[in-house]
Amino acid sequence: MVGIVLISHSGPLAAEVAALAAQIGGENVPLAAAGGTEDGGLGTSPGLVEAAIEEVDRGDGVILIPDLGSSVLTARLFAGPDVVIADVPFVEGTIAAAVSAGSDMPLKDVLAAAEEARTFRKL
Amino acid sequence: MNAAFFASWIEEIIRTVHVERDRLTRLDAAVGDADHGANLDRGFAAVAPVLAAKQPDTTGALLKQVGDTLIRNVGGASGPLYGMAFREMGKVLGDTPDVSVAELCTALRAGLAGIQKLGAAVEGDKTLVDALIPAIRALEQAVRDGVKQQEAIAAAAAAALAGAEATIPMLARKGRASYLGPRSVGHEDPGAASTALIFAALNTVATR
Repeated sequence: MVGIVLISHSGPLAAEVAALAAQIGGENVPLAAAGGTEDGGLGTSPGLVEAAIEEVDRGDGVILIPDLGSSVLTARLFAGPDVVIADVPFVEGTIAAAVSAGSDMPLKDVLAAAEEARTFRKL
Repeated sequence: MNAAFFASWIEEIIRTVHVERDRLTRLDAAVGDADHGANLDRGFAAVAPVLAAKQPDTTGALLKQVGDTLIRNVGGASGPLYGMAFREMGKVLGDTPDVSVAELCTALRAGLAGIQKLGAAVEGDKTLVDALIPAIRALEQAVRDGVKQQEAIAAAAAAALAGAEATIPMLARKGRASYLGPRSVGHEDPGAASTALIFAALNTVATR
């Protein structure tokens, strides 16, 4: 199953979006929050991101979902063939990724499903 | 410029960033989230004990260690950007015992490529690239003109400072400042300002 890592400047923000996505996408989806700095401040921590990637990696690939600014740059430090960055709205993209990962889609399909979230209109 | 020269440069950066921390944070308060000075100071402060514990004997190992420490400790966008730049410079310089100005130019170009790979910023986006590119160009021009090392580095430091000041009227197109749109105009980019400091530190060490 594809793993998902949420990278936010805020620890609580990443944790809450992960909790929401787990409830909608299913508790069995490997989902980890890497928000804030290691001392609990606002910012991004490559150490936390690296640990989160290891935590959710089941061998089927990992999707990184950053919020903005330095979280995007930090995500890029880890991007590779099996670790991809989703350029998506943080909440909507995460839900879409979690739902499709939960139905055991391969990495490229989970990424495509997450990216579709860009075009969803609320009104 | 040997490994000891580069170690002195890093020490001078650590000192200057600490002194200028509040000015950098004030610049970031205008266009970002007011943490650039604090973040850089935390990152470079973490470099000091790492280098003291085990002073690397090659320029490459030294710069790689500086880069890794910055990436781990800064906590903002400047961590991956500067960290990547020092790491890429370290890769190019490796165990070169005495780095010429031309070799420094090649290393800085590699550092710039690393920064652009992560951030995709080009000149005019109001980022640190607007200080870094003019500094590299000035250094390359100095190599072509055959001027002395000290003069070449002084020219690079002056170009970085002018480049940082030239970001004041720019409209930010990258990073957090880009969310401000037209409100980003009229403020110096904090990243360009810290890049100017890094070249000023190089100049200080070169004139010793």
